Amino acid sequence: MTQTAAARLATGAEAAPAPAAEPVLAVEDLQTYFYTRRGLLKAVDRVSFSVGAGETLAIVGESGCGKSITALSVMRLVPSPPGRIVGGSVRLRGRDLLRLSEEEMRQIRGNEISMIFQEPMTSLNPVLTIGNQISEALILHQDVSRKAAMERAVEMLRLVRIPEPERRAREYPHQLSGGMRQRAMIAMALACNPKVLLADEPTTALDVTIQAQILELILELQQRLGTAVVLITHDLGVVAETAQRVIVMYAGRKVEEADVTSLFDEPLHPYTRGLMGSIPRLDMPETGTKGADRLQEIPGMVPPLNALPPGCAFAPRCAMATEKCQAEYPPYRELRPGHWSACWHAERLMAGGA
Amino acid sequence: MSYAGPQAQAVDHGAELARAGAHVQGWGGSVLYQARRHPLGALGLLIVAAFVLVALFAPFIATHDPLATNAASSLARPGGEHLLGADFMGRDMWSRIIYGARISLIVGIASTLLGCLLGVAVGLISGFWGGWVDLVTQRVNDVLQALPLLVLALVMAAALGPSLQNVIIAISIPVIPNVARVIRSNTLALREMPFVEAARAQGMSELRIAVLHVLPNTLAPVIVLATAQLGSAILTEASLSFLGLGIPEPYPSWGRMLSESAAEYVRTAPWLVIFPGLAISLVIFGTNLLGDAIRDILDPRERS
Repeated sequence: MTQTAAARLATGAEAAPAPAAEPVLAVEDLQTYFYTRRGLLKAVDRVSFSVGAGETLAIVGESGCGKSITALSVMRLVPSPPGRIVGGSVRLRGRDLLRLSEEEMRQIRGNEISMIFQEPMTSLNPVLTIGNQISEALILHQDVSRKAAMERAVEMLRLVRIPEPERRAREYPHQLSGGMRQRAMIAMALACNPKVLLADEPTTALDVTIQAQILELILELQQRLGTAVVLITHDLGVVAETAQRVIVMYAGRKVEEADVTSLFDEPLHPYTRGLMGSIPRLDMPETGTKGADRLQEIPGMVPPLNALPPGCAFAPRCAMATEKCQAEYPPYRELRPGHWSACWHAERLMAGGA
Repeated sequence: MSYAGPQAQAVDHGAELARAGAHVQGWGGSVLYQARRHPLGALGLLIVAAFVLVALFAPFIATHDPLATNAASSLARPGGEHLLGADFMGRDMWSRIIYGARISLIVGIASTLLGCLLGVAVGLISGFWGGWVDLVTQRVNDVLQALPLLVLALVMAAALGPSLQNVIIAISIPVIPNVARVIRSNTLALREMPFVEAARAQGMSELRIAVLHVLPNTLAPVIVLATAQLGSAILTEASLSFLGLGIPEPYPSWGRMLSESAAEYVRTAPWLVIFPGLAISLVIFGTNLLGDAIRDILDPRERS
């Protein structure tokens, strides 16, 4: 640590502008398919992304767009059959997780990559104490005694700001509220100090007032521990508050990717625009044309994955769609530095047209 | 169930709280509280506890050696030296019933434990891993369950020959499919629970998940089932002994005490039939009451 710091000092300005080093997690061309009676479902189709230490990447999209399956693919927990990871790579600090044996993968799960689930109510085992469940991961991955693991579990509960951690560690999940349980889940996920944290809609099941607290907690711990966070959500409000980079997914594919400010300032995909138009905003003009007080919605539904149109998957719902959109899938292009979009008409959006 | 409505009189909050069990503390406290809520279950517990105590302290409670014969007191009437009379060989009935509790208890507990242990293992494996293992075990279970418990135990006992060990094995085999069924169906539901996926995300192996996360969640129904099985195991032992396939002579078994006397002495010395019969009925009655109460107490809909 000191050596690299010293080295950086020595080389001076040259090292400083270097991009945020090598990403901790780099996913490339990930393809997860489901082989079902209804046919081949491309749940994740050539998705790539990377996250650096201390960075937060948000994956946004509607239900069924493949964001959860992306996270499960990284963990290699896609139920098989029917699911299979058929292509791509998932590199954790250069090591391709898709090439590891199941045994090696178990050493990674919960230790180097952790996951927080959507349902804090059912993600904890009802018959085991909280402390027991947190120390489980420690006993599994680190060579510690049961007693030391329990002490560390109490420490973790204190870290996630659960009052009276010694008492809570001895309690069962049903004795904790939803917010507390999610805190306990976070404590469990971070117990082994993982490099990457996958948070799959960690606040969806929680009360709005608790949501902010939990997000704040995740971010604070991320800063303290230098964890790379992949935050999966359908809530753009959450994205705006937490992430540095955002991926928008639609029907299993990435449709847009940018840093958070560019995305919100200038969304370059009609789907992203539609998502943003459907959030209530306090600064919306009160007076205006008829229906200005009505939120916009995206007409139609996500097409079923076994019946995707030949062209752009969003075309059937898109106001800008042309014949070209129906016929041909748009290429994924970098329209501004670091801002990518898969839309034939992205330039029209760039021009600032409404 | 009734629903809360407007109260006619003032509510005594303390009494209501006490009724809801707000002041219950500790293990002893909750036993007392549950006993008050389930008086029949408490009676069952009392009977079972008495039965266990009698079995444990048989030498102190028995007045005679249960195996000692005495020609002088052959078919002695109840009362006098022999509290419950004596059988044809002059053996004291009271002492034989007391010692018979030991046999019943040993057979009951050992066969229930063995059956539950194997049943849990079979159910967990077939429910958690599924596939062809599940298919095979389930079909074997079907066959076993198609036969009545007693017939199955009879066949087993006849095949193995009469001895304490073999009786225990014979009675435990029919328990396995019952327990396996319950565990399997529970496991099928549990393995889809998010906490199982969370455990996988923690890097646990499948075996560890099955034993550490799924198994403890299935134990409540096993406890209920085991209590119910205890009674039926004791009854099966009595039936086997009655049919001559149970515990061999000279050990006192309630079932055989009945069978020895039933044909010849039921008219001349009815106490030889009545008292062992009462002992069997009482213990079965007790375990059934206790089993029902435990089922109610462990039922999540009853818990608040």
